[in-house]
Amino acid sequence: MANFFEDNKDLLFHLEHADIDEVVTLMENNFKDVESYDYAPRNIKEARRNYTEILRVAGDIMGNVVAPNSESVDEEGCGFDNGKVEYARGTKENLKAILGADLGGMTIPRRYGGLNLPSTVSTMVIEMVSRADASLMNIVGLQDIGETIFEFASEEIKQKYLPMFTSGKVTGAMILTEPDAGSDLQAVQTKAILDEKTGVWHLHGVKRFITNGCAEISLVLARSEAGSKDGRGLSMFLIERDDTVQIRRIEHKLGIHGSPTCEMQFNGTPAILIGKRKLGLIRYVMALMNGARLGVSAQGLGIAEAAYREALKYAKEREQFGEAIINFPPVYDMLTSMRAQIEGSRAIIYETCRYVDLKKVYTQLCEHNETNQEYKNLLKKYTAIASLLTPMAKAYSTEMSNRVTYDAIQIHGGTGFMKDFPVERFARDARITNIYEGTTQLQVVAAIGGIVNGTLAELLAADYENIDYPRELHSIQENLNSIKSVLNRCLNEFSERNDKEFVSYFSRNVVDMACELFIGYRMLKLSIHNERKRVITRLFVEKALSNALKLAEPVLKRHTTAITNRDLIMEVVE
Amino acid sequence: MEIVVLVKQVPDTANVGADAMKEDGTVNRAALKTVFNPDDLNALEMALEIKERYGANVSVITMGPPKAVEILKESLYRGADKVYLLSDPKFAGSDTLATSLILKSAIEAKVKNFDIIMAGRQAIDGDTAQVGPQIAEKLNVPQVTFVTDVEEVKNGKMRLSRLSDEGTEIVECKTPVLLTVEGGVNNPRPPRVKRLLKYVNAMSSFQMNEDWVTDEDVEYLKKRELEIPVISFCDIVVNPEYIGLAGSPTRVKEIHSVVFKSIETKDYPANQDGINNMMKELVSEHIIG
Repeated sequence: MANFFEDNKDLLFHLEHADIDEVVTLMENNFKDVESYDYAPRNIKEARRNYTEILRVAGDIMGNVVAPNSESVDEEGCGFDNGKVEYARGTKENLKAILGADLGGMTIPRRYGGLNLPSTVSTMVIEMVSRADASLMNIVGLQDIGETIFEFASEEIKQKYLPMFTSGKVTGAMILTEPDAGSDLQAVQTKAILDEKTGVWHLHGVKRFITNGCAEISLVLARSEAGSKDGRGLSMFLIERDDTVQIRRIEHKLGIHGSPTCEMQFNGTPAILIGKRKLGLIRYVMALMNGARLGVSAQGLGIAEAAYREALKYAKEREQFGEAIINFPPVYDMLTSMRAQIEGSRAIIYETCRYVDLKKVYTQLCEHNETNQEYKNLLKKYTAIASLLTPMAKAYSTEMSNRVTYDAIQIHGGTGFMKDFPVERFARDARITNIYEGTTQLQVVAAIGGIVNGTLAELLAADYENIDYPRELHSIQENLNSIKSVLNRCLNEFSERNDKEFVSYFSRNVVDMACELFIGYRMLKLSIHNERKRVITRLFVEKALSNALKLAEPVLKRHTTAITNRDLIMEVVE
Repeated sequence: MEIVVLVKQVPDTANVGADAMKEDGTVNRAALKTVFNPDDLNALEMALEIKERYGANVSVITMGPPKAVEILKESLYRGADKVYLLSDPKFAGSDTLATSLILKSAIEAKVKNFDIIMAGRQAIDGDTAQVGPQIAEKLNVPQVTFVTDVEEVKNGKMRLSRLSDEGTEIVECKTPVLLTVEGGVNNPRPPRVKRLLKYVNAMSSFQMNEDWVTDEDVEYLKKRELEIPVISFCDIVVNPEYIGLAGSPTRVKEIHSVVFKSIETKDYPANQDGINNMMKELVSEHIIG
């Protein structure tokens, strides 16, 4: 029987080497919870031991309950009858096991019944869920709305709703998208009307593409300021599903069949305002999305891990020309590259988690110590880093997931195209990860600022470049320096040209380079501990350098043909 | 309602490596991972389901070496209310008869007013399926073996399904009763993380006496009620002549490794004719029919 934690040495390695003692000590408020909660750790050693235990329980459920159900969940999909959504049989069994094991509301503090886990650990659970069944991640990952309620709602709302999540009694949804408001959420039309007499808000409108819209508790983005046109007129509301919430249909999708995607209509649904009016999109949704983006990064990673293992197994077993195909250079080229990319993704995701947690901790410290300038400076620093690394992690990991699942099919040859092997499902499931929670193109928009303004360069200088690496790592570092100088030349080109169209057109190239540069350094630092990691890092950085040269060339040589001639090129000549 | 679940820590026979046996033919326990006997996990799950439906106190008892405390902790993680480690050098070498006497005496000492005693059908190491029934006889309570489902518990009676050679029987019986639970009849729940984190530090009284445990640790464990009680020979009323190796009439004379070898094979093509011919031959040889 497989345990998806214990059988994954790289995940164990990341837990062991996660530099989280400082942030955990802060999150645990110097382990004071031990006075009031019988499941709180006494010290950092116990906290880390607890993380291993929790991940072992999760890994067991994922390997032995969820993964065996995944094929039937994909085939059965969700049912929809007369406005009611029904999860697949396997999904129900999976949720019962996961939520029954206290794995709902993992990051919520203990005073609301949560486990107070750092996102490094909760994200590892999400990675394992996704490896077992990507579609289940959406339902489990949406427990994250509890996090948003915790961050922004009043104490009264927290007391009422958070224990529902932490006791595993409810699932959640974040209801944002509308037919005419997808990437551009400023265009949301759903109305929130305040009944002045009762003081209760009511929602009216239609939402589309809502993952797990059938959840018991949801957060909804709606227009509270009548007559407003942009994001500043939107507020965030909490609703409990009742008869005024009509689910009109569920979508038939390419992948993640176990996750219901609903079209829904609100007919005067009673709603509770979360936080302050008008901050719905500009503050709360952005926070919610950043959490969800990290979750989807881990979803992409988990799917890739599953696909890689299938591909490796097949390549060892399949013989052609009298030999196992794994021995053929084109095949092991794919496999080694897949492995390096998977470990690269893990390197950026778990380091991002650390910064996300630091940001969270310092947000709270600043709230309680308004005059402390040191806390304020740290919060500013960690916010900038988390806001940069989150879209980078998502862009890299979800595109990586598509590449890896694509090659996993390629290694299987014709067999991989058939339903007999799970790799076709992995490729279908991966395909949404670089679309939802903001497409890769939008992650590029979110990340480019921090690269241009020097946040990335500062981070590298402070934490990575000035380490005295062992001699055998020097050649890797030299390659990383080369990537950096190519990246800097592109950034110079951006500032010299000072042309918005040019910058926007080539931002993707620069962000892709920056992702691999950061990952390369992160892996280099992890390589200090581990011989095997060193080799994988060497391969990753070699590939990253050749990618960087390729990506930089059109920027530096100003290949603007498509920009200047786009109409002529795009027009279909009949 | 008081429920007692009897559990055993066994070698993980499903994952036996090459070094599982010593050269002299005895089991190399050091090389074998130990696990919660699978059928006993099904029994525990059934007990916890009864607890959820009707309310009950679930006590778990295991007899074994000090290390068996691990499965008691596992039981606590899953929802057991109390656990007892029945362990004493005097118990070593007990066969099923002696073991059932010790367990019976422990139940009488610790859970006097039990309603239901549950155990897995059999342990994967000995495969005797004797201990449960022997305890029922010694306690003079009815027993239902091969239980697959609990339909109802009401007014001092239970309605159960049990597996029989012919199919499934629906049985009604009075409590107190002893049930042995068929393996694989339910999906044992995973540990609850909050309970795990609460009990992960729990220790048996044996462990608390070890050198590495500080006074501070002991104080913490006591304050948090994390001491797992050990029941030893002096805590139960039992005639020492009937326990341990000396009190066990069972003698293992020899152990054979039985491997079935095919003497003669025949191939039939995988088509209708092939199947017909194979059936004809099986019938004519009186193998079936």
